[in-house]
Amino acid sequence: MTVQWNKDADAALAEAKATRKPLLIDFSAAPA
Amino acid sequence: MPVEAHIKEHPAYFHRFDAVWTPTVLVMDSDGVERLRVEGYLPRDEFRAHLEMGLARVAFMHKRWADAERMFAQVLERYPETKVAPEAVYWRGVSHYKRTNDHTVLGQVADEFKQKYQDSVWAQKASVWAH
Repeated sequence: MTVQWNKDADAALAEAKATRKPLLIDFSAAPA
Repeated sequence: MPVEAHIKEHPAYFHRFDAVWTPTVLVMDSDGVERLRVEGYLPRDEFRAHLEMGLARVAFMHKRWADAERMFAQVLERYPETKVAPEAVYWRGVSHYKRTNDHTVLGQVADEFKQKYQDSVWAQKASVWAH
């Protein structure tokens, strides 16, 4: 299963609120 | 809804969400309220168990007692050997109590801890309910 990562936290927060879904934020410093 | 925040791309997010170490993972409810924080690496099953605990916590904090009870039970069923399993036992019992107002379940939880996870802090917390 491929995860569709969002890079815009504000957009994701707005979508989470609109869809009443929880949100996961992964903070990373791993090399690309 | 997954968000990726890399320190080179979005350093402001680290400050905004008080992420001071990596990896850090937050589970937030739909209102953006943090319900779980995982700091540091975890093996796959531990990590999955933590995330599912976060989702169960979201349900619990929104007073969706039946959903929370089912989700904590699911953590326990899927990841019985993880570090969060005793916490799932505790909160599954509390969710059941919240849903039914039947206080006897708390004694049953304390009894369950006599059989498993005896050394966990959650067994200590539940010990006050023992018959």
